Amino acid sequence: MHPVVSTVLKRLALGLVTLVFVSIIIFCSIQLLPGDFGEAILGQAATEETVAAFRRELGLDKPAVYRYFDWIGSVMTGDFGTSFSGRSASGVNRARPVVDLVGPRLGNTLFLASIAALISVPLALFLGITAALWRNSVYDKLASATTLTTISFPEFFVAYVLILLIGTLWPIFPSLADVEAGMPFWERVYKTMLPSITLTLVIVAHLMRMTRAAIINLLASPYIEMARLKGEPAIRVILKHALPNAWAPIAAVIAFNLAYLIVGVVVVEVVFVYPGIGQLMVDAVSSRDIPVVQACALIFAATYILLNLTADIIGIVSNPRLLHPK
Amino acid sequence: MTDARKSYSAAAEVGFVRTRRTRLARMWIELKKAPPTAIFGLAVIMFYIILGVFAPWIAPYGEAEIFPQPFASWSSEHWFGTDQIGRDILSRLIYGSRNTIGIALVTTLIAFLIGGVFGLVAAITRNWIDQLISRGVDVLMAIPSLIFALMLLSIFGSSAWSLILIIAVLDSTRVFRLTRATAINVAVMEYVEAATLRGEKLGWVMRREILPNILPPLVAEFGLRFCFVFLTIAALSFLGVGIQPPTADWGTMVRETANLIQFARFDLKAGLTPLLPASAIALITVAVNFVVDWFLHKSSGLRDEH
Repeated sequence: MHPVVSTVLKRLALGLVTLVFVSIIIFCSIQLLPGDFGEAILGQAATEETVAAFRRELGLDKPAVYRYFDWIGSVMTGDFGTSFSGRSASGVNRARPVVDLVGPRLGNTLFLASIAALISVPLALFLGITAALWRNSVYDKLASATTLTTISFPEFFVAYVLILLIGTLWPIFPSLADVEAGMPFWERVYKTMLPSITLTLVIVAHLMRMTRAAIINLLASPYIEMARLKGEPAIRVILKHALPNAWAPIAAVIAFNLAYLIVGVVVVEVVFVYPGIGQLMVDAVSSRDIPVVQACALIFAATYILLNLTADIIGIVSNPRLLHPK
Repeated sequence: MTDARKSYSAAAEVGFVRTRRTRLARMWIELKKAPPTAIFGLAVIMFYIILGVFAPWIAPYGEAEIFPQPFASWSSEHWFGTDQIGRDILSRLIYGSRNTIGIALVTTLIAFLIGGVFGLVAAITRNWIDQLISRGVDVLMAIPSLIFALMLLSIFGSSAWSLILIIAVLDSTRVFRLTRATAINVAVMEYVEAATLRGEKLGWVMRREILPNILPPLVAEFGLRFCFVFLTIAALSFLGVGIQPPTADWGTMVRETANLIQFARFDLKAGLTPLLPASAIALITVAVNFVVDWFLHKSSGLRDEH
């Protein structure tokens, strides 16, 4: 088999195994819950029959292994179970399926994350590459100092500074990103501008520093020096000699930062009251709505693993040493 | 002095006894050579430590002392006004330095204790224990730590100790990786083998042979981890699942006073109030980053150029 294919397959298998273990961890978390949460959810006034029915619905009368396969099986078919909220002691069940809660919000979050990524990735790559090319110039030093400070700021600090400046003092963009389902596209973009700018600022700092480091690392290698000594023009050195080897680190950097975006999105959504999956998860944690928390955690973890997997595969596929085996 | 330079005598040089500078003197010399950013960072850290330790004497009012007027504006009585139930913001900021930094510091210490010990054991033994822990850490690191922390907090509830332990365990995975990676290079050295051959136990090899040689990267990592832990706890508190009221904490304070920001057009000072605890968080992370940067340059001769 071609070495690229076998390496990619190996990496895919490893990703799958990680995903399985992560799902086991997330599932086991519900087991760690102390005491009987049938009573905790339904309240003190619940009759024994309601609690028993609730326990039966969750499958608590079956062994854990059986329940795990039951859970993972329904997750595969897109069924994340039923939310804990909306249940009452009287046995009236107004709980909604988790999919209905998560579905539309997941779309919103993806929308926000992709806008932030669309702005930040090209910007950061441009800044990082130029800073690496003109390193130790005033431009580079300025960019480095600025990014080091932005990295140290918590997301909500950046968010509130933006709200204060361009949300309330000079109201250019709305400080509440309350998007709804039927909104026209551009109004949606307008509403999500402030959260996107916040995420962009946080991501660009990381992305730029890592791109700069990767490029500098590359430009220091002997074959680049050789190309320069041969008298190749600078642009050709970059495009023909440096870039083929730079794809892997740059892809890794982008994937790492998109993964970082997932975490950043939680805080930013809460600041701007954006109806996304991050806010849903925080609310579910506060109200201890375990099925929703599990679903959100699984989605976040799966995205995170998938992004890292993509970066690795791009790294393998674009590696010139693997493409031309001896 | 100039005469002594001209006429050289070997006997004089041998007779010249080198007096070793004290640790304090050497630190002072290093400090005088430090770049301004590092000096700034150290000054900020010192300032926060003093605030935290002497909080009860510095703060004008008590941590949870309630005054009749909620959301009072800035005045000579309450420098930064009061919060939503009438507690003095300045006092809570000062107490916050004690609680927030204290909890982050304890968490980082526990994380280093767990990660460091397991990392050293894994690096020295290199057997199935190493394999087991390493694969476990791989899986744990596949989940974003903020998400994992949120999930665990929903199970164990948000008490200060469960917060500390959860973040410490999640963070120790990264410490483990670094300790293991650096310790493996040292564990194959001859002097480590010599120590094992003369019958030293695992504890001795870990503490006396390997630890001193991997200390500089670990110390730098401690600073970075502290920043990361600090920001994670601040974010969790901001989300309302971290440090719980009435304990004064900067993340929680941002959340509680956030509504004031919409009045910035009428009273700029009110709009600035939620930014005070947020900038307190930002300032200490910037300061620690500056100091770590300087330390990295000093300890490893790490240069950015190549």
